[in-house]
Amino acid sequence: MKQAAKKTKKRSGRSTTRRSSKGFEPKIVAFCCNWCSYPAADGAGVSRLQYPTNIKIVRVMCGGRVTPSFVLKAFELGADGVLVATCHFEDCHYMFGARKAADVHKVTEKLTEMLGIEKERLKLDWISSAEATKFARVAQEFTDTIRRLGPSSIKKRLGAISEAIENE
Amino acid sequence: MNSKIAKAIKDSKAYLCMECGKCTGTCPVSRYNHGYSPRILVNKAIRSGDLDLLKDKNIWACLTCKLCDERCPAAIEYIGLTLTTRLEAKKIGEQALCSHGGAAQSLMRIMTTPELEQKRLDWIDSNLKTTQKGELLYFVGCLPYFDILFSDIKVNTLQAARSSIKILNHLGITPVVLPQERCCGHDLLWSGDMENFEKLARHNIEEIKKSGAKKIVFSCPEGYRTFKIDYPKYFSTDFDVEHITETISGAISDGKLKFKNLKKVVTFQDPCRLGRHLGIYDEPRKAIAAVPELSLNEMTRSRERAICCGVSAWMNCSTYSKSIQRARLTEAKETKADLLVLSCPKCEIHFQCAMNDEKTGKEAKIKTIQLVTLIADALEDT
Repeated sequence: MKQAAKKTKKRSGRSTTRRSSKGFEPKIVAFCCNWCSYPAADGAGVSRLQYPTNIKIVRVMCGGRVTPSFVLKAFELGADGVLVATCHFEDCHYMFGARKAADVHKVTEKLTEMLGIEKERLKLDWISSAEATKFARVAQEFTDTIRRLGPSSIKKRLGAISEAIENE
Repeated sequence: MNSKIAKAIKDSKAYLCMECGKCTGTCPVSRYNHGYSPRILVNKAIRSGDLDLLKDKNIWACLTCKLCDERCPAAIEYIGLTLTTRLEAKKIGEQALCSHGGAAQSLMRIMTTPELEQKRLDWIDSNLKTTQKGELLYFVGCLPYFDILFSDIKVNTLQAARSSIKILNHLGITPVVLPQERCCGHDLLWSGDMENFEKLARHNIEEIKKSGAKKIVFSCPEGYRTFKIDYPKYFSTDFDVEHITETISGAISDGKLKFKNLKKVVTFQDPCRLGRHLGIYDEPRKAIAAVPELSLNEMTRSRERAICCGVSAWMNCSTYSKSIQRARLTEAKETKADLLVLSCPKCEIHFQCAMNDEKTGKEAKIKTIQLVTLIADALEDT
């Protein structure tokens, strides 16, 4: 009985910390292209550059493959921020992929803005495979921005799942 | 047998099926996709009504256009059975193949968040009069999202919303437009997602109650169907609903609308939700007939026999859908009309997409216009 009471207290304590920006750990999904940004992240790891672990990388073959549905799905499942990282325009492995990514990004931006998701939660950046330091910097800056914004207002389905696991 | 399916068989009278196959013969999907047959699905429901049916991918291929219901000599309500089957299939983890990577479904599920602060009223320009509280509400639906999501095929579905408000203003009505309105949930319901449909519906009903509206006008037939048939089924509602074509035809009867001459030949596409689901065939035709010199050439298959625009609830878009769309557009072109008049935003998107397809020839390219836009443009200035 005592234990149960303790448990509920603990749980409620956690949920309040989730809501306040203090102690809030953002969940960020980064879509990185296979030819530039993903090797850049890899390079950052190899050269032991520090960047926040909040960034969860999803490798895609090309930034042009990231349609609005990818980003919206991430937000729907409880991501606090989404980063799309592609090659620089002139470096694109598929010639036009990075440009396409930029075009599609404009549509996605309009959709998320209409939904009332803060503009800063979605970011497009160009990181070449040689720019490991840039990747670490962008990851750090983006995480800081999201930390400042606090949790996304969209229901935390992923959060709910991980909390349930933690409570067990 | 699954008890819900058993009840649906009873409600839809599927047990009366005599396997004549008229449903399959008339089905627009079966015409191109020979692996799909409504008759076989009814048969499966009666015989097993369980995993055999629920795990069948074909249950998601149905357009729920109700053409088979119209044709069935035993008057079986096939789409009622389909809806229950989908709701049950979703429970065991089955799901439809969502078009556009599931972007539309994600949008709707994000909209279930109660705290969401949408910015969805930018399209209302200064010459349209709207308000926050009042008797009559205009339900916009997902149109602002569609225009962005499908900006690559250059659709302008919002024009229908602007025209509807223009007509209402012309009639001396200042409609309420909700800033935090949600998707009606039609597509989620038909893809089996009852949980999120309920959340959206509760939110909408709450918002409408707060605005004090007693009557809701729609330009989107899907929203109209959902509010008229599905909401009262699951929730208690205390408002009247009306489609904008009903409003227009009522005003024409009262002599409140005067039109300019418009020398054009048009043809009309009956949307499945407005036509077969709700039986509104005459009102749009009355509106077209009221405009002087505007003549209507009916397609070979019109009214109860009209063919659907090929996709429903943003799922299972395929080469079969394109074939259906191309065939329908060809039929429209054959009437020698200048314009194909539509009254559903999805028909507009799907037909535009089919016409942009490089395999679509000249014989299937025709200019389209929304019925409300046609009417609003023909209004005589006062």
